[in-house]
Amino acid sequence: MNKLDSQVPSGSLDGLWTQHKFDMKLVNPANRRKFEVIVVGTGLAGASAAATLAEQGYKVKTFTFHDSPRRAHSIAAQGGINAAKNYQNDGDSVFRLFYDTVKGGDFRSREANVYRLAEVSSNIIDQCVAQGVPFAREYGGTLTNRSFGGAQVSRTFYARGQTGQQLLIGAYQAMSKQIANHSIENHVRKEMLDLVIVDGRARGIVVRDLTTGKLEKHTADAVVLCTGGYGNVFYLSTNAMNSNATAAWRCHRRGAYFANPCYTQIHPTCIPQSGEGQSKLTLMSESLRNDGRVWVPKDQGDKRHPREISDAERDYYLERVYPSFGNLAPRDVASRQAKYRVDEGKGVGETGVAVFLDFADAIKRYGEQKAHEGASQEEIIKLGKEVVSEKYGNLFQIYQQITGENPYEEPMRIYPAVHYTMGGLWVDYHLQSTIPGLFVAGEANFSDHGANRLGASALMQGLADGYFVIPYTVGNYLGSTKLDPVDTNNDAFKATEDETQSRINKLIGVKGSKSVDHFHKELGKIMWEYVGMARDKKGLEKTIEEIPKLREAFWNDVLIPGDPQAMNQELEKAGRVADFLELGELMARDALTREESCGGHFRSEYQTEDGEAKRDDNNFCHVAAWEWKGENQAQDRHREELTFENVKLATRSYK
Amino acid sequence: MGGVTAERRNYKLKVWKQNGPDDSGHFEEIDAKNISPNQSFLEMLDQVNQELIESGKEPITFDHDCREGICGTCSLVINGNPHGPQKQVTTCQLHMRSFASGETIVIEPFRANSFPVVKDLLVDRSAFDHIIQAGGYISIKTGNAVDANSIPVGKENADMAFNTATCIGCGGCVAACANSSAMLFTSAKISHLGLLPQGQPEHQDRVLNMVNAMDEAGFGNCSNTGACELACPKGISLENIARMNREYAKASLKSRS
Repeated sequence: MNKLDSQVPSGSLDGLWTQHKFDMKLVNPANRRKFEVIVVGTGLAGASAAATLAEQGYKVKTFTFHDSPRRAHSIAAQGGINAAKNYQNDGDSVFRLFYDTVKGGDFRSREANVYRLAEVSSNIIDQCVAQGVPFAREYGGTLTNRSFGGAQVSRTFYARGQTGQQLLIGAYQAMSKQIANHSIENHVRKEMLDLVIVDGRARGIVVRDLTTGKLEKHTADAVVLCTGGYGNVFYLSTNAMNSNATAAWRCHRRGAYFANPCYTQIHPTCIPQSGEGQSKLTLMSESLRNDGRVWVPKDQGDKRHPREISDAERDYYLERVYPSFGNLAPRDVASRQAKYRVDEGKGVGETGVAVFLDFADAIKRYGEQKAHEGASQEEIIKLGKEVVSEKYGNLFQIYQQITGENPYEEPMRIYPAVHYTMGGLWVDYHLQSTIPGLFVAGEANFSDHGANRLGASALMQGLADGYFVIPYTVGNYLGSTKLDPVDTNNDAFKATEDETQSRINKLIGVKGSKSVDHFHKELGKIMWEYVGMARDKKGLEKTIEEIPKLREAFWNDVLIPGDPQAMNQELEKAGRVADFLELGELMARDALTREESCGGHFRSEYQTEDGEAKRDDNNFCHVAAWEWKGENQAQDRHREELTFENVKLATRSYK
Repeated sequence: MGGVTAERRNYKLKVWKQNGPDDSGHFEEIDAKNISPNQSFLEMLDQVNQELIESGKEPITFDHDCREGICGTCSLVINGNPHGPQKQVTTCQLHMRSFASGETIVIEPFRANSFPVVKDLLVDRSAFDHIIQAGGYISIKTGNAVDANSIPVGKENADMAFNTATCIGCGGCVAACANSSAMLFTSAKISHLGLLPQGQPEHQDRVLNMVNAMDEAGFGNCSNTGACELACPKGISLENIARMNREYAKASLKSRS
């Protein structure tokens, strides 16, 4: 229990981080080059942390399984990044961003962390602009903003529909400069397969060189894990194909607690699944809900073409249920409402598992604004389409490319899909896990979003952690800890490498009859059915029964062709799926023990009369952090109590 | 009409197989059966791979990740075209409805001396990283930045910089070029940073160093055929190469004086 000390300094939130930066230990510039820091993962959090630590003078080693740091999945973030700049003079402030984030997270995050996030948000925008990130601008040359769900101010900075790409390229370039001057030793196509612990502290990692198949050991004085989320446990998600939880899960098995694994975000607007062969789902940015109207037919099983269904026969259900936020209700809320409509038999398209996102009214409205008096209906529509194309052209193009349908002519079909995981390795205020010397940043930690993340806040958190938090807190750790020198001949390194090798041998040695994907798909079906948008006791108990069976089948019947001592993509996948088969079960257990609904965690037993999430603050206003107890052993559930001194615990309402 | 469809198609694939950089490599004919027109090109390869695996054979190795056309990991030369027959589309965004049933599809890796084949269709593009490391950045240490709005950028330049910044570093331009030139890639980065006020102090050195790194990596020169622009999935314009050549000439003259 005592391990879960959040290390939040005492004092008022305002100024807490500034004071703490002064209180933390520093390392003399001349001594910094004696310290080695390993950064695993080079997405937004990893690249920004690596670049900054290297600038400070530490010896940094970076590892990515991609062929280049620029490929990390941060690159696919479309919509934008929040910051409390108040450039629009619409009443934004650090406190408001803090408040919106705590409320958006359904009061399940740690106040001090969220406040710091809001505080440094402005520095992120300054830093990125100085690096040359081409954010959208006004004609006068200043930066412009747009709105996102769950907020009533415009604080989202963006670079068309490619904000993540531009921010990642900025961090990648900062990192590239440090690689060029040898402050960063950059390892590509190397996947972390285990953490090495010496005398209770994280002192290195074991990686597999994906090109040669050889294992390598690397030492460090601190390890920073920035390896992203675990959404791919569902098989189909908006994550990249190679996104996985292995690095984090291996650390969990070495003693790092895993916090709130059941908090997963289902994004409401994705292109629906179209068939069995589908490998992933594609997001349609939340920004589309600024103009698109979501609807289903009022009658069950109405299979007419959408344009033949008159306005009176349509249910614009978000506008009906949430008149004040309408189509911009937060993600968890909008997703659940789509599920209700499909469950009622009002889903659209051939599968019946989709709802419409319709731009016809927006096209007409924009066309009328632009058209001269007496313009024909045709001219109005043409002008309207031009405006919509300017705003969302690239998204409409993606939609048409994937579905073969023209969204200017008929409404998009959308459905929720797994998108982000709020849970992750437990960290304290320093972003340090329960293993000393192991720090966790970005989506891989659990820290800032509570039970639901607001749009445009993932990029903010990744960069806040990497540019502005980790460089201070890692320095504090190195400056205040006595670390004996270690080398790779140390027994712990040898033992960890041997364990990794025998696991690879075991996987290859199964020589069964079914592919890795077969098991991954089966796992995904179970997870989506019972641990997806709505969960209940019965389904979760069934999951806890089914997954161990599937795990056993995997270890008895998986077939991995090819040579383990060479490039072998099936072997890479197999290791990741083996870990998902353990993580999935923990997610179900976490969901089962959290007997309340909050944010992305919706238990059907705990809902209000109108189907909204019903929290239980008396019994569940805490973080659940799970401790590994060995294979096929029940894990221990620890609690970090959450206290709200600056925001009043309230029922979240968007009506 | 998208969505679920019962239609299934068969294809003959001629796939490049190469067991490591030292192997000479060869084409192999593989059947792709029961493919839905709604499947993406890479999902078609996934399905072929599943059949290969479950019949005890090694699957085809290829690079891919986001499958949304933004990470730049996927590659492939399909019927002679980098990223396939469609304009401004990456391989992962290409769908089988673009191919007639029964068609023979030839699949090769991106070919260039500076992109050695690692295995089958997967190549090593780290030469691109080396070009960026030579100067494709603005030197600004974390925590030193001024308020973002104190650096106004006119919308026209901001938009132009953005257009060049959309490069995904896939290398399709190199694969399309008869000389295996990386000038579209390099010039896009030089334009992105050179069009912004923040990029000015290092501009001259950046141009010289990046062009030199490009030459050192063994990429060829430009003969202005425009094949790179046509193949670029992000529509990066050829005018960037003209800008780079101009800036390179200016920088070379200045650095000598």
